[in-house]
Amino acid sequence: MSLFKIFDIAGSAMSAQSVRLNTTASNLANANTIAGSAETAYRSRQPVFQTVMDNSAGMAPESAGVRVAGVVETSAPPARIHEPGNPLADADGYIYMSNVNPVDELVNMISASRSYQNSVEVLSTSKELLLRTLSIGQ
Amino acid sequence: MAFNIDGQFDLHVRALGLANQRLELLADNVANADTPNYKARDIDFRAAMQSAGENAGQNGGPNPNLSGELPMTVTRAGHLPSAGGGPNTTNPLYRVPDQPSLDGNTVDSQKENAAIAETSVQYQATLTFLSARIRGLRDAITGGR
Repeated sequence: MSLFKIFDIAGSAMSAQSVRLNTTASNLANANTIAGSAETAYRSRQPVFQTVMDNSAGMAPESAGVRVAGVVETSAPPARIHEPGNPLADADGYIYMSNVNPVDELVNMISASRSYQNSVEVLSTSKELLLRTLSIGQ
Repeated sequence: MAFNIDGQFDLHVRALGLANQRLELLADNVANADTPNYKARDIDFRAAMQSAGENAGQNGGPNPNLSGELPMTVTRAGHLPSAGGGPNTTNPLYRVPDQPSLDGNTVDSQKENAAIAETSVQYQATLTFLSARIRGLRDAITGGR
């Protein structure tokens, strides 16, 4: 019964979008984190989405949902600020801010939340259809 | 005239199958709305139903709606014609984007949602027809009692 497959598809989308919301929360929480060197500075994390191709049936590959292929750290250099009084400052008196851009993250959050809502809508539509199919002929 | 109870429901069952397949594709599109390089897919519901209806007219008996299998191609005289009844498989087509995006994704959320609403109404309409047909048959069997 392939209406059940829609549950899997929408479920995979919801879990992928919640990973995206999680990374956004982590990035925003660390927006003001500082570090003593450029290497250890917090870098903004972004999930990479990938379509799940289901070709188990031996027919043309049919995609079935989405998954998070991985979480990458962005490569933008962390801001270097001269603050000799800071306990984390390096020998030259510099500290390194995280490279999180709060505007980008908020836009990302809105987009993820809208996509999540879309998937919930798809899920409730197919649930309704399934229930009506069960009551057929009554 | 032979009474074939299977044929009573055939066209509606096919419509349900197609609506189901389309909903699945649209759910896939919505799920991949943020996946880079994903190409949105859809099926042409009208064309698919039309081909089903044409086949019904060709091999159907007195009532073209009673029969109508998607036939298997017979290329040699020795081949047996298929009895039909296979799954509904209509090749999905790729959607042409109105506003192409930089990441190569062609999903248009508004279009997907509209198509889902449309297909859902079609699905429910078919369910209603099917219910009415079942009620009619039951009335005929019980004599309206």
